[in-house]
Parts: sequence; structure tokens; C-alpha cells
Amino acid sequence: MVTAITSMGRSGLHDWLMQRVSAVIILAYVLYVGGVVASGVDYASWKALYSQTWMRIFSLLALLSFGAHAWVGLWSVFTDYLTERMLGAVGDKLRFLAQALSAVIMFTYIVWGIQILWGL
Amino acid sequence: MTFLKPGEAPSGELCKRYSIVKDKRPVNLDIVGSMHLPVTAWISITHRITGVILFAAVAVLLWALDTSLAGPESFDTLRETLGSPVFKLVMWAVLAVLIYHGIAGVKHLIMDFGIGESMEGGVLGARIVIALSLLCSVVAGVWLW
Repeated sequence: MVTAITSMGRSGLHDWLMQRVSAVIILAYVLYVGGVVASGVDYASWKALYSQTWMRIFSLLALLSFGAHAWVGLWSVFTDYLTERMLGAVGDKLRFLAQALSAVIMFTYIVWGIQILWGL
Repeated sequence: MTFLKPGEAPSGELCKRYSIVKDKRPVNLDIVGSMHLPVTAWISITHRITGVILFAAVAVLLWALDTSLAGPESFDTLRETLGSPVFKLVMWAVLAVLIYHGIAGVKHLIMDFGIGESMEGGVLGARIVIALSLLCSVVAGVWLW
């Protein structure tokens, strides 16, 4: 049986709101960085941009938003398709593995992102 | 068809004909097997697929950010690498997936405000998402090449 114990906020409404708030933050970040890249950058201006504290905060905010957004999204996908109903008894095990794996990847992304942003 | 009035108990012929209705177990509609999905369903499924792809694509994007900020030589090497035909294709694919997922997401936000929630509205919204995504992907491709 699929339960809500691995959902983002243990509440559908919480997840629904998180999904949308994080989506707006990611969209703003993608449009901003996309605009910067499209207008043409060299190393100096690119490095200068990512040396600004506000840009690092904006980037980390976008990365954390991506984490929450992806967790809610993948949770929806996994709990719809990797289930006992769809796959039999192995479904629940597969779903747990998939969620554990995506959690590890997500954590890696965040730590890696912090390293990149603060030049560690 | 004969329908029961509220509060009316089924009896006689009606009871025999509709006895199966009492069984409330879910029915497998075999949606995947028949594959006659409306455009709204395709939009929903591709939104999910592109979302999963983007989760993996972020590894490439973080690698690109890491390389671009590592130093001037590294920045130039990355620019050359991304300029190669194969990587251009990869970048265009990531961009197209991002564009689609973003536009389909904005459609969700618009619908959250109660706009286009009818069946006709949903179909129109789905068609707009496809048209806009194709257009933006072509523009992105032209910009890349």
C-alpha cells in the first residue's frame, strides 16, 4: 500500500504549495541566468556575477527549491507507477529503492552546488 | 437506461440487471494498453517524463557551472566543448526539455487561478503548450547554431 510517509510535508496541500512556490523560484532563476548567458558572457563577467553574495544566495535558493520540487515530483511519479498494484510485491521495494537513490542524488547535488558557489 | 430515484431500493428485474453494480471494486481500464489518450493526458505524461529527465540533467548543468567558474582556461575549454556538434545537440535537448517542462508548469499555475479548467479549456491549454514549446525550442536551436 502506498502511504504518504515519504511525501515532502506529509500533507498533500503542503506539497502542492511547495511545488508551486519552488517552481516560481526555479523559473525566475532559469530566466535570469538564461538571459545573462544569451546576452553573452566572458569569464571575468561570469566569475564576477557568481562572486556576488546575492547571486550565491539566489543560486542556493534555486538549488534548494529544485530539491523540494524534484522530491515532490518524483514522489508523485514513484507512488503512481512503482507500486504493488502496478508491479506486484516487488513494487514497494523498488519504490523505496528509487526514493532512497533520488534522495542520495539530491543531497549530492546540494553539497556539490554549495562547493561550486562558495568555491570550496 | 433505468435509474433508481434517490432512496428507492432496487427490486425485481432491476435488481437482477444491476446486481453487478453492487460490486464496487476498482476496474482496470487498461489505459496503457488502449493508448487512446486525449491531448491533455499526453501533456501530463510528458510533463512527468521531462521532469525526471531534468532531475538527471541537473548533473550536467552543475558540472558546466563548476567547470565555468574553475578558471579562465577551464571556462574556454568548456565553451569549446559545448560548441562541439554533439554537445550542442545535448544542450539543445536539455533546453527543449526545460522549455517544455517550464511552459507546461506555467499552464498549471494559470489553471490554479481557475483559468481554463473546463474540458475545452484544458484541450486548448494543452495545444498552446505544444505550440509554444515547439516555437521556443526552434528559437533556442537557432540561437545555439
